[in-house]
Amino acid sequence: MPTTTIDGHQIHVDDEGFMTAYHEWSEDVGKSLATQIGIDMTDEHWTAIRFLRQDFADRGETPTLRRVTVVGGIPTKRLFALFPQKPAKKMAYIAGLPKPQGCV
Amino acid sequence: MKDLLILGAGTAGTMIANKLRRRLPRDEWRITVVDRDDRHHYQPGYLFLPFGTYTPGQVVRSRHAFLPDGVDFVIADVDRVEPAGSQVHLADGRTLGYDYLVIATGTTPRPDQTPGMLGPEWRRSIFDFYTFEGSTALAEALKSFDHGRLVVHVTEMPIKCPVAPLEFTFLAESWLRERGVRDRVEIAYVTPLSGAFTKPVASAHLGSMLDERKIALEADFMVESIDNDRKLLVSYDEREIPFDLLVTVPLNMGADFVARSGMGDELNYVPVDKHTLLSPTHPNVFAVGDANDIPASKAGSVAHFAVEVFVENFLEHIEGLPMTGSFDGHANCFVESGGGKGLLIDFNYDTEPLPGKYPLPMVGPLDLLKETRANHLGKLAFRHIYWNVLLPGRPMPVPTHMSMAGKVTAQPTENQE
Repeated sequence: MPTTTIDGHQIHVDDEGFMTAYHEWSEDVGKSLATQIGIDMTDEHWTAIRFLRQDFADRGETPTLRRVTVVGGIPTKRLFALFPQKPAKKMAYIAGLPKPQGCV
Repeated sequence: MKDLLILGAGTAGTMIANKLRRRLPRDEWRITVVDRDDRHHYQPGYLFLPFGTYTPGQVVRSRHAFLPDGVDFVIADVDRVEPAGSQVHLADGRTLGYDYLVIATGTTPRPDQTPGMLGPEWRRSIFDFYTFEGSTALAEALKSFDHGRLVVHVTEMPIKCPVAPLEFTFLAESWLRERGVRDRVEIAYVTPLSGAFTKPVASAHLGSMLDERKIALEADFMVESIDNDRKLLVSYDEREIPFDLLVTVPLNMGADFVARSGMGDELNYVPVDKHTLLSPTHPNVFAVGDANDIPASKAGSVAHFAVEVFVENFLEHIEGLPMTGSFDGHANCFVESGGGKGLLIDFNYDTEPLPGKYPLPMVGPLDLLKETRANHLGKLAFRHIYWNVLLPGRPMPVPTHMSMAGKVTAQPTENQE
């Protein structure tokens, strides 16, 4: 498993750069990851990311876009505005969670 | 007398009733199956109805004919399950108690969940093929379709039989070619996924099959609404895709009674342990087949392999023993590719579909991830096997767990965007 250093923190990542160790994440790390993919974090971004972190802690898997909308209460349209093009993947990347499972 | 109650007489529910009736003593166990109607549909047949390969009579039979003696069949809608009291309330006011409950009520296309899908163009220029009615209506529409834009569209994952929309696309392309109108039709495949399919090796294979057929792939497309006046699919990120004929796969959801019972996730699927199919919150409730939330394909083959593991586990569980069987997410799907050929894919939770031979290593006779005539014939033959071997719970000549024997391991795959 490759490791990389971001903003002075060493983190484990998979071959696409998604973090693989839940506890290596902090909001500082999240902010740096967001910067890497061109996202400037606002309170609204953090609301979504905090929901992802909590939901993963509760259920052990990265929530789908639908779950962030239905359970997290953030409209899908907003998620596309906040995390353009690939919101599910971008949110997981910033939240330090595994890439959402493309359901088979 | 103990009660096993099975909700749903589809593939999983029917197989379980047949297998467990043989294994549970009749003087100790009553088995009851509930379904809303008495029509068992061979759902893979819907794929062929639009092209006239099957007739309606070949895909619909009576449910009760596939249930054995010694099983009570109740036709009713389920209002809700009350897991704390181990009771199921039916819509007609009856209440059924249970010692053990199996939820096997599947998943259903829900066109009502996308704004505009059920608008004035529904079944005029917008069709689904995952229902008997949709598929037969589409057969009529295709007869007069000889030019314009055909768009095949998937709303959101997971869907039942995730390869079916690709198969429909390949079959439609081949069918248009046979009728000599292919050059007057543009075809687009629109998906919320980042590629043609979910798994990297299969996605690359199937993606290049779209290329070869000059079918445009529009990926990462999350539909927000359908504009009926302008005949457009509109995405959340404001892309617009025009169509003359839209064949869509609506959002799939589990049964509404699951939500009313407070037992489902955001798509009404019942959370279960992915290896035992037992509810983590209710130790006398299982969910088998498409109705549960396991990260496997929603498909009859998965239901079949899962039932084989479930039956042995269930017999241990009711004796108070630990369940020793572990379902591996095994799926096995024929993929029609048009022109009388097909592919076969075989995969599970951990291993994606790979090239090779099946079911016997090196010998086959079926080729994995490769277009052959034998795979197409296998798919057609399967309808007979389904009615006569699978549903009655007779032994199938293929292994339950996925095997790596005879498979070619992939090179490390490119990053999937």
